[in-house]
Amino acid sequence: MLLIPCPWCGPREDDEFTFGGEADFPRPAEPEALTDEQWADYLFMRDNRRGRHREQWCHTAGCRRWFIVERDTVTNEILGAGTYGGSP
Amino acid sequence: MSQPFRLDHGGRVDRDTPLQFTFDGRPIDAFRGDTVASALLANGVTLVGRSFKYHRPRGIVSAGAEDPNAFVQLGHGARTLPNRLGTVTAATLGLKVRHVNAWPNLEYDLMSAFGLVAPFIPAGFYYKTLMWPRRFWPLYEHVLRHAAGLGHAPTAADPDRYDHVHAHCDVLVVGAGPAGLAAAHAAVQSGARVLLVDEQSEAGGSLLSTDERVDGLPAPQWAATATAELAATPGVTVLPNTTAFGLYESNLVLLAERLRTDQPDDAGSESGARVWRVLPRQIVLATGAHERPLLFANNDRPGVMLAGAISTYVRRYAVAPGSRAVLFTNNDSAYRTALDLTDAGVPVAAIADVRTDTDGDLPSEARAQGIPIHAGAAVRRAHGRGRVAAAELCSLDGAPLGTVECDLLGVSGGFAPALHLHAQASGPTEWDPTLAAFAPRPGSGIHPAGAVAGELDLAATLRQGTQAGSAAAAAVGCSNGSEPEVPRATESTQAPIQPYWLPPGDLAGAKPQFVDLHEDVTLDDLRLSLREGYESIEHVKRYTTLGMGPDQGKLANPLATGVIAQLLGRDPASVGTPRHRPAYSPVSLGAIAGRHIGPLADPVRVTPMQDWHEAAGARFENVGQWRRAWYYPQPGESMHEAVARECLAVRHRVGILDYSTLGKIEITGPDAGEFLDRVYTNAWKRLRPGRCRYGLMLGEDGMIFDDGVTARLDDQRYLMFTSTSNAAPVLAWLEQWLQTEWPDLRVYLTSVSEHWSNIALAGPRSRDVLAAAGTDIPLAGRDFPFMTFREGHVAGVPTRVFRISFSGELSYEINVAADRARHVWESLVDAGRPLGITPYGTETMHVLRAEKGFIIVGQETDGSVTPSDVGLGRLLSRRKDFLGKRSLSRPDSVRPDRKQLVGLLTDDPAQVLPEGGHVVDDPGPQRPLPMRGHVTSSYVSPVLGRSIALAMVSGGRAALGERLYVATLHNDRWLPARSCHPVFYDPAGARQHA
Repeated sequence: MLLIPCPWCGPREDDEFTFGGEADFPRPAEPEALTDEQWADYLFMRDNRRGRHREQWCHTAGCRRWFIVERDTVTNEILGAGTYGGSP
Repeated sequence: MSQPFRLDHGGRVDRDTPLQFTFDGRPIDAFRGDTVASALLANGVTLVGRSFKYHRPRGIVSAGAEDPNAFVQLGHGARTLPNRLGTVTAATLGLKVRHVNAWPNLEYDLMSAFGLVAPFIPAGFYYKTLMWPRRFWPLYEHVLRHAAGLGHAPTAADPDRYDHVHAHCDVLVVGAGPAGLAAAHAAVQSGARVLLVDEQSEAGGSLLSTDERVDGLPAPQWAATATAELAATPGVTVLPNTTAFGLYESNLVLLAERLRTDQPDDAGSESGARVWRVLPRQIVLATGAHERPLLFANNDRPGVMLAGAISTYVRRYAVAPGSRAVLFTNNDSAYRTALDLTDAGVPVAAIADVRTDTDGDLPSEARAQGIPIHAGAAVRRAHGRGRVAAAELCSLDGAPLGTVECDLLGVSGGFAPALHLHAQASGPTEWDPTLAAFAPRPGSGIHPAGAVAGELDLAATLRQGTQAGSAAAAAVGCSNGSEPEVPRATESTQAPIQPYWLPPGDLAGAKPQFVDLHEDVTLDDLRLSLREGYESIEHVKRYTTLGMGPDQGKLANPLATGVIAQLLGRDPASVGTPRHRPAYSPVSLGAIAGRHIGPLADPVRVTPMQDWHEAAGARFENVGQWRRAWYYPQPGESMHEAVARECLAVRHRVGILDYSTLGKIEITGPDAGEFLDRVYTNAWKRLRPGRCRYGLMLGEDGMIFDDGVTARLDDQRYLMFTSTSNAAPVLAWLEQWLQTEWPDLRVYLTSVSEHWSNIALAGPRSRDVLAAAGTDIPLAGRDFPFMTFREGHVAGVPTRVFRISFSGELSYEINVAADRARHVWESLVDAGRPLGITPYGTETMHVLRAEKGFIIVGQETDGSVTPSDVGLGRLLSRRKDFLGKRSLSRPDSVRPDRKQLVGLLTDDPAQVLPEGGHVVDDPGPQRPLPMRGHVTSSYVSPVLGRSIALAMVSGGRAALGERLYVATLHNDRWLPARSCHPVFYDPAGARQHA
């Protein structure tokens, strides 16, 4: 079990959350300006890092806010959490 | 004579409370405080089961959770429990105990014939041999299942209740032996909230089987006092009969608390067991150690026991497990057993010690008692069939040292820390050469203490436990400022052990030597595995099934590490152990499920009209968690007849559908239109208030994710309908974009699915029904045209009425607050009765929409379908970006041979195509057949008087009218059909605009 520190609600069991994949993957501002390869890279390619990993989580069964968690993918240790703006 | 092996005095059993249970129907006398195993031994029962593969006779090996043999079936009927360990099950009045793995009975096991052919069924036999011919698989399986019996599952539903408990504490102490009790005391003195658990019914662990003293008291008495003090302290919980069986990330610990142990099995109790989910801030691991067995021929004979277990039976249970003993050891602890046996009047005929130096305190004491000690000696073989009758001794170079008669052969190969929990959560471990075993290193928030940390001396264990307890308390900020007192015991010194894995030289040739008693894995099996190249311990495990039994290889794995290391000439540290996995001991499935069974397994959602549907005789189908009315059969009507009647009623008169389950999301804010423009493929900002529009939502990969109608309620407010099963995913999707990508947009989303019920009236007379029910909304077509909505009253209740249609008929969808919905529904039904109003269910809804070629997301689409694929390319805006747009120009998205939505009409109008059926051009002899597509929806259309189907067919749109064939579940039966435009009924759409 992961004890996930929701910035708005505090630490909760992972049952309450939905995983949203790697963070810091902004949508390209002008998709039409990208080559097929660049667009496919945005669509499909993720780093799947070993070690420190910034990822998106949603407190689905709680405040329904999306936020960022930094987790060690080897030990599953949660190293921190942050919001997408605003403070709790 | 009753209990011939019960000692006259001593022990922790309550001789004033005799009780009786049965083993295979035979009465067994016992005392309160006995386990099933101790009572069987007291009665001279040595044979408790047959082994898993060879059906060799097996006896009790240990006095705890590590036993590989003592698995029994408890109770009978619905409450029976398979695979419980007799060594940890309390003997209770009237308990019915049966063996688990012999046929037809324990003494005459026909399956033991497997033992005679053992040389022909080595490890890997099943994989290699029972593979072909394939058609014999069911036969093999039947025979093997019968042979490999491991008890029987109950055949009726368990009448007991099981519970889950969620708990928090500062310090969880696992194990209430000397280290655990000392740790709990220290933590409590520092002011920490403590949870102390122990798998046995009585706390004390090894203290219950020693004659040592703690703080001047006999050890068992000290344990009882310390436990009582803890239990009486506020903030402390002591749980006996509770196994910590799993340790997970964030140090979540799962406990199984057995509550039924003191109940006669057929009396039952309210709650059979509890599973605790505990999130402690710190953990003291005081789980002790398991004694290691030693290898010699026939080391599996009943009467071969762990030396420490013998001491436990003698001291704790006042049972002599035999009448004449031989001990075989590589360390000092077996000498204590020799002294315990001598004390109890059981002669010890010999001690074989592989060490040449046997001059320590304990060996000297044993020697002084006149026990013959053979230094530098080993047991080569056990003699006897149903039970040990003698031990054949030899020196380590193989020279015979004679055969010694005995009915009890105690073995001690040293102690392996019970680090299972620690290792389950990937806690760090390291090879400890003084133990010749892996020991845990302190992990994050985990403090090992006592035998699990490699400490075997009582005084040092108490000290270590105290330190661990106060360190754990200090880590959570608890301290009373003073050093906690350490319970005192006499220090002792033990000579080091000498690892003994593989019998040297030709001793190893004596067979069979069992490494894993439960799984019948022998030394030869390990050799075979290594010879065939399976050298990693994980491969050895999978090849031989080492450690795969319900005992989880607690005895076998620590032994196998050393044996494999020696066979490979490698360092045991590099060999490692197989991965430790939960559960440490078997946990009944009922306890894991808890109350999440039956109606509580998953919530059931119903609409406010549920009672009405039931009273009307509706059949229901599950749509996600929703229970929806499926069709409403009249007496004697089949489903087919009911659906046909409902369909024709809608097409010719009027029908009424409970469509409350649709997802509804209110979207508000100044940027709501901009937001919709980004998530929908079509344009929204210019939609006027009061109007509705059908929208398609795509994933960024350009594939259809959801569809539905959205209405503009006012300038800054929209109401979005989603498909029933997608309501939650759509909301999450929208929130994710809004929160993570577009936080600058001033838009707010609210789920109003449950707030609004939705009643659909459909059919040419629906306008008349609405008027008859009473409404202040002008209904004439020019006042209230298609794809608009109006607010007003229906049957006296405020509503929002949408002129949208999923049937292709004139239709009104009436949104009404859920608490008034039943009234409006009944008013409409009453008003419509003279017009022949017919309630219809989801099946009819599906037929009607299929006649119109309307897709259902998840039925026509499967996550690989673009808007153009289903003929909705006209909904793709060219003037703006939207999610998924860029993907629609990827080369794969514009391939002309993509699967496209077409209609299919069978040559025989009575034939209904199977949904999911493969579509091919020509079912000729060619194999494999190139596939053109698949049938997505298929129904009988009552209004058309024939079958219709929708299909996704490669390049289908450009080839409408082509000849195709659809596969059926019957080999070589193909149904001929022709493709057509997917709108079968009223292609011009005149009816819905009426």
